[in-house]
Order: sequence, then C-alpha cells, then structure tokens
Amino acid sequence: MTMTVPLLEVRDLSVTFRTEGVVTQAVRNVSFVLGRERLGIVGESGSGKSTTGRAVLGLVPAHGSVSASRLALNGEDLRHLTQHQWSRYRGRRMALVMQDPKFSLNPIMTVEKQITEAWRLHRRTTAAEARKHAAAMLEAVSIDDPERVLRLYPHQLSGGMGQRVMIAAMLIAEPELLIADEAISALDVTVGNEVLAILDRLVAERGMGLIFISHNLTAVAGLCDRVVVMYGGRVVEECAARDLAHARHPYTRALLAAAPSLDEPRASLASVVRDPAWLT
Amino acid sequence: MTFVIGRFIPVDPVLAIVGDHATQSTYEKTRLSIGLDRPIPEQYLIYLNKLIHGDLGTSVITSQPVLTDLLHFFPATLELATVATVLGVIVGVPAGVLAGATRGRWPDQIVRVVGLFGYSMPVFWMGLVGLFVFYGKLNWTAGPGRIDVGYEDVVDPKTGILLLDSALAGEWDAFRSAAAHLVLPSIILGYLSLAYIARMTRSFTIGQLSQEYATTALLKGRSFWGMVWRHAFPNILVPLVTVIGLSYATLLEGAVLTETVFAWPGLGLYITQSLFNADMNAVLGGTIVVGAVFIGINLLSDVLYRIIDPRLRLQ
Amino acid sequence: MTSLPTQNRVDGLLALPPTQNPLSSSQARWNHAAVLTRKLGRSPLTILGLAVVVILVLMALLAPAMTGGVSPIAQDLSGRLQPPGAAHWFGTDELGRDIFARTVYGARATLAIVALVGVIVVPVGLLVGTLAGYTGGFLDAVLMRITDIFLAFPSLVLALAFAAALGPGIVNAVIAIALTAWPPYARLARAETASIAHTDFIAAVVLMGASKWRILLRHIVPLCMSSVIIRLTLDMAGIILTAAGLGFLGLGAQPPTPEWGAMVATGRSVVLDQWWVSTIPGLAIFVVSLAFNILGDGLRDIFDPKSA
Ligand SMILES: Nc1ncnc2c1ncn2[C@@H]1O[C@H](COP(=O)(O)OP(=O)(O)OP(=O)(O)O)[C@@H](O)[C@H]1O
Ligand SMILES: [Mg+2]
Repeated sequence: MTMTVPLLEVRDLSVTFRTEGVVTQAVRNVSFVLGRERLGIVGESGSGKSTTGRAVLGLVPAHGSVSASRLALNGEDLRHLTQHQWSRYRGRRMALVMQDPKFSLNPIMTVEKQITEAWRLHRRTTAAEARKHAAAMLEAVSIDDPERVLRLYPHQLSGGMGQRVMIAAMLIAEPELLIADEAISALDVTVGNEVLAILDRLVAERGMGLIFISHNLTAVAGLCDRVVVMYGGRVVEECAARDLAHARHPYTRALLAAAPSLDEPRASLASVVRDPAWLT
Repeated sequence: MTFVIGRFIPVDPVLAIVGDHATQSTYEKTRLSIGLDRPIPEQYLIYLNKLIHGDLGTSVITSQPVLTDLLHFFPATLELATVATVLGVIVGVPAGVLAGATRGRWPDQIVRVVGLFGYSMPVFWMGLVGLFVFYGKLNWTAGPGRIDVGYEDVVDPKTGILLLDSALAGEWDAFRSAAAHLVLPSIILGYLSLAYIARMTRSFTIGQLSQEYATTALLKGRSFWGMVWRHAFPNILVPLVTVIGLSYATLLEGAVLTETVFAWPGLGLYITQSLFNADMNAVLGGTIVVGAVFIGINLLSDVLYRIIDPRLRLQ
Repeated sequence: MTSLPTQNRVDGLLALPPTQNPLSSSQARWNHAAVLTRKLGRSPLTILGLAVVVILVLMALLAPAMTGGVSPIAQDLSGRLQPPGAAHWFGTDELGRDIFARTVYGARATLAIVALVGVIVVPVGLLVGTLAGYTGGFLDAVLMRITDIFLAFPSLVLALAFAAALGPGIVNAVIAIALTAWPPYARLARAETASIAHTDFIAAVVLMGASKWRILLRHIVPLCMSSVIIRLTLDMAGIILTAAGLGFLGLGAQPPTPEWGAMVATGRSVVLDQWWVSTIPGLAIFVVSLAFNILGDGLRDIFDPKSA
C-alpha cells in the first residue's frame, strides 16, 4: 500500500434536482482525480460546474440528490457523512470561495470575526491568538494595514478587498483543497488578476489542491495544470491546460472560438453550435 | 381627524353633562362654558393652542383634567402591553426562527397553525373563555380587574405599574394578587403578538438563509444551527426591531377589547368609555397620547435599528 | 475578460414537460386555470378553508331551512339559559332564544359586513391607488398624504370612533370598517400601477391613441385586480374580527338581529355559569375567520409561491 492516495477522487458523481415535479440532471456521471495540483473546470452557464463543486463539499440543497460510486478526500470516503462530520471537513480540510464578496460575506459582522471564525471553530484558541492569525492571513492576501481592515465591515471594503478577505477567511484553517467558483468573475480585470496572482501564490506556498471553476478560458489556461470541460452536466473533455488550444472535442473548440482574444482580434465572435450527440 | 369625528358625533356633549332634565338656561350656560358656541375652526384653534401648552382640556365626565386621567389610566395599559410583548418576543422569535429554518417540515407546520389560530381568534372571546376556564373552573388565575379589592389602596402608586409599585413597597401579597390578575390578559395579548412576530420572523429567517453568507458560514465548518443563530439571527434582528416596535405600539393602543373584557382600567377602556359618553376632550386627549406613543416607539426602534446595523451607523 | 454566451440554455437537457404553445388567449387562460386548480388540489388545507367559506354562504342563504323554521328572535322567557340538548342544540340565551338558530342567522350579518366592506374598499382603493400612481405629481402627493393620515391611526380605535360618531348599526359598522380598511389597498394599487405604467405594453396602448381614462380602467385596473383580491382574502379574517369587535361593544347590528359579536357580549355576564351563551357564537367567529385566513394563505401560496 505505498501507492500515493490522490487528494480528491470523484467517480460517477451525479446530482439531480427535483422542483415542482420538474427533474433537472445537473451533473451526470462526472469523474476526475485531483492531486496537489490545479484543475480548471470550464463550461457554459448551467453546465453543472458549481453543482459539482458544491457536491464535493456536501452542500447540495435538500431538494437535490447526490450519488457517486466514489467521493473521497485523501482516501476518506465522503459519501455517507453526517452533517456533524461534514462540519469537521469544511473549513478545516476543504473550502470554497464564491463569486461575489458582496453576498458571501456577512454584512453585519466585522472582518475580524469572519476571518477568525474558521480558525476558532477548528482549533480551540484564544481570541487574541486568533486575531494575530487573522492579521497574518490578511498580510498573506496582500492587504497592507491588516489591523485597520480587521475592524471594518464588509460594506466598507472594495470588491477586490472583499474577495481577499474571503480567501483569507477560507484559508485560515489551512485546508488541503480549495475550490474557487468564479472567484474573480465579479471583479474588474486588473483587480481580478491581482486576486488570481494571490491565489496562485498561496496554492503554491501551501501545497494545496485547487479546483478553479471559470468561464474565463484565458485565466484557466494561465493558472491551471489540467482542465476539465463540462457540457450538459457531463465531462466532455479533459486535457492538460497547455494543450487546451489543441483540444479535440468540438464543444471545446467551439468554446475557444467563442472567446475573444487580443492576440488574434476577430471581427465577430463565433457562437457555440451544439450537437445532441455530445451528450451520449 | 379625531377632532372632526368629535364634532360630528350625534351625541350632544352638553346633554351628556347636564342630563336630560336640565333647564334651558343651565344648558346654555354649560354650552358657553365649554366653548361650543364658537365657530368650529375657532374651537379647533383654541384646542390646538391649549394642546401646545400641554393642556388637553377637562374631561366632561370625570371633570378632571384629561391629562390627569390619562396619567392614571396609561400605566395599566403600559404594564399589560409590556408584559404581553415580552411574552410575544420570548416565544415568537425563537418559534419564527425555528419555523423558517425548518421550512415546510413539521416544526414549521406547527408554528404556522399556532400562528393562524392567533390571527383568527376574536380576543374578546378568548378573554371570556379564558376567564371561564382558568378563573371560573380551575381557579388558577384571578378574575377581571387589576388587583383584588382588598389590596386596592395598599401600595402607593409611584409608577402606576402595580407590579413595580408593590415590589418596591415590599408588599408581596399585593404583588401576587396583581400578577394573578395580569396573567390571563397578558397571555392572551401576548399570543396575538406572538402570532404576528413569529410570522414575520419566519419570513425574515427564510430570506436570510437563502443569502450566500449563510453558505459561507457552513463552508467554514459551522453547523446548520450554529449558522442560523450566529449568522442569520443577528441579521434578522435588524428588521425585527421594527416589527416588535410595531406590535408593541399596536398593543398599547389596540388593547381596547381585552381591556373591556377584563375590566382593565387602561387607555383603551378610557377611550371607549369616553366615546360612548361623547366626552370628546377625553377621546381627543387619549388618541393624541396614543399617537404620540406610536411615534415615540417608532423613533425608538429607528434608533435601535441604527445601533444594530453597522451599515447605518454613522462613520 | 469575457464570459461565454450565457443565454443559450440547452432545453433538451432539462426534463421539462413538453411546452405547448397556446393557440389562443382563451386557451392560455384555460391552461393557467388548470395549473392553478392542480396546485389547489395539492393543498387540502386551502380546500378546507374554501369549504368552510362555502358553508358560511350556504348558511346565510338557507338559514330558514337549516334551522327548520325556528326563529332566531322568538323569545321564550320560561326556557331561558337552557344548556345545549336535543331541544336546543346549542342551548338558549338569556331571553330563551335558540342559539343554534341565532348562530345560523348570524352568518348573514357577518357575510353582509364582509361583502359590503369588500365592495366598498376594493373600488375605492383601486381608484385612489391607480389614479395616484398613473397621474403622479400633485394629485398623487395629495392622495397619498390622505392615505398616510388614515394609516397612521390605530385602525380599531379609528373604526370605533367612526362607529360611535355614525351611531350603531350594521351599515354604519360597514362604513366605519371600510373607512379604516381602504388605505392599504390604495398603496398596493399605487405600487402595482407604478410598475405597470412604464411597461412597453402600456406605451403601446398609448401609441394606439387610447385615452387616459380608458387606459386606467381597461388596462391598469384589471392588472392590479388580482393582487388586490388576494389581499382582500387575507384581510377578510381581520374584517370579520373587527366587525365582531364592534358588535361586541354594541356598535354593530342592533338587537334583536342576531350577530355573533353581540351574542358573545350578551353571554358575558353569565359566562361563568352558562358558558355556551358566549362560547358558541365566539367559536363561529373563530372558525370563519380561521377559514378565511387559511384560504387567503393558500391562495397567496398558489399565486405567489416565492413569498410563502
Ligand atoms: N438549487 C438548485 N435547484 C434546482 N436546480 C438547480 C439548483 N442549482 C443548480 N440547478 C440546475 O443545475 C444546472 C447546473 O447548474 P450550475 O449552477 O451547476 O451550473 P454552472 O455551470 O455553475 O453555471 P454558471 O456558469 O451559470 O454558474 C442548471 O440547469 C441549474 O438550473
Ligand atoms: Mg456556477
């Protein structure tokens, strides 16, 4: 048994929502394996990227049902955890950064309370110690005067600062796996790139695994080692990020063609033409 | 507005004072003395002027200044409404949070049914049935009124709030008697306020739980109920302050029926009695006090709102 | 930084029921009605509420038949305050009148008040609200200020004052309640109008040369109608309770007309010994207002699932 256990194994993950008698298969038999590396998940809106990420964290809402033949973190089966057991994984072992800090931060709690929360939930320490850690964490996400920022409320932060605070809050308890779901999509380009660089550095420094969910093919190609392309709840292609430009699947090619690029300006962007055969 | 109603009420206030058998001259004299001979706009201006100077006129029935009457009746209402609101908040808020957090499941259904009953119950009837069962049959509580007759003048009315007065004076028998009288009407009013507060709390809870920050809390490893109480609840508190204030104000002014059933000598009873007797100074004064209390409570909840919500705090 | 086109949902993926395109507006309406009926069918509680309301209406209409000809006002002083039994199902009151008959006939007063208040409040509220919302400006400001003044007063105290000023009686009770009940409807209608008035649909009607009044009455008022009606159903219970409260204080229907609130009041003095005199009419008030509450709640869930 000397084989190295992968950080995250997902096999045949399916998620089905049932609302008002309408059944939606959001994720269908998705499989992938993640080491201490960066995996990008791309795909159009509604292709099931977020639902996949949430299923890994056990956060699919009650009207959705999840099934998988394997779902394991470091070889530990996650499929039959109770809510109580989940709460020991979340924050401590894996975390998720969502799209918009305007909504994902609690509006009436100070930055300090929000950052120290995960730390204090998972390690029993004093408030002073937690605060010291939070300040260090803010420095790690390149915030200049952490002491001041700790006292602020979310509405006093800019979007970029908010997202850094969110990252700090998620990483303080040193999880092994971070999922970033459209983490820079709500930010404007330069700020987004800064946040991206911070993520890049932290993942490298801490040796975490990263799942980077995005619409933005350029960002994914730049940041990730491997890319999974989803369409209609399925993985239609998986390849190394550097090979993305040579992807074979017609859907991936179509996605690439529809993305604008500064290197090769195009008069008009192609629209994605779909083929039902991809789903079989 | 009350002024308008007061002037057009078909009961003649002069007759109400002098009685049916007074002579024409007594009638005229009284009429002059309360200023009813002047044109209505002038009466209104005179009234306003007095009002500004804190003079609410004299009650034609009790022949006391209305202000004195109100100071006498208001504490009873205050006591009743306060205890009822405290009950409504203590039970209604947790029930509403529970219902919202278990939306659609059985705790939610139970809270919903309890709330619907509260909304549908005629208070005066609930009061009578309550008196019949808990006073008449079981003898667990005391009957109508604020205190047993024997204790009526035992304590000196410092605040007018009998529970406080008797406790301050160390008259524990009087305290017990006052409490026994207060239990039933305050539970009944508390139930009404509970129904309203629980319903509002529930919908606020549902709103907050659908926010993304709730998910964030779970992501950090908070348990579901930990998230509900530590993250969602403080956010609910902000609008809840307004709701509680509103419910309190409504009880202060709307306890009319309960006070009637329980012969509770409060503001509601005072206003109703005065209305029936065409004692318009009293009605006007009472309504003005009610309006002022209403505005006061709204201001207070506005202030609280600002203290709780960091987004509204002055930077 | 750009994102991929987001609007191209792949519909085939979602196992949606086949969507038929309605051929005509009447067919669309039928489809809509069918969906609502199905939702209603899934909510037994709402049906129960509806059933009680229907029974109330039947009681009011068929009172003489239901009571088997027993008069609600015939006194029998030798048979006063008899407990419920075979001769008098619900017992008799202090004048020996049959409480069952009085309760059944009492449905008439309740129903009359509720219906009349609805008939007054809905048009007044709609008119004031849509007019304010559609014309805006000075008229809007004046109408809304008036509405606010009414809203600022505690409604029961206000209704009480009106009822006392107008004198006791059913019609006056209706007027008093209606006077205090219309402002929320005006607000609702105004809010709806404000959102409708700026739609392309209304702009199109304006372009077609319709007059202001025509737009208001033919287009805006009908669109506000459904939310106003739902609100009315939700308010019915409150109206019943206020009416009963006025009756209890002696400001509603005058004796000997049977009215539930007044019946509770007459039993007040004997409640400790002859509980049925007050309890039964009070129970009737409770059941009916509960039914309206359940119905209103259910209707709101059906028409506006999000707010449930
Ligand atoms: N809570 C839910 N209830 C019902 N259906 C849901 C729910 N969440 C997601 N879905 C459905 O699942 C499918 C996949 O959604 P998901 O959010 O995972 O897509 P996505 O790839 O993240 O899209 P986007 O790029 O817009 O974020 C969609 O069809 C969506 O409608
Ligand atoms: Mg998504």
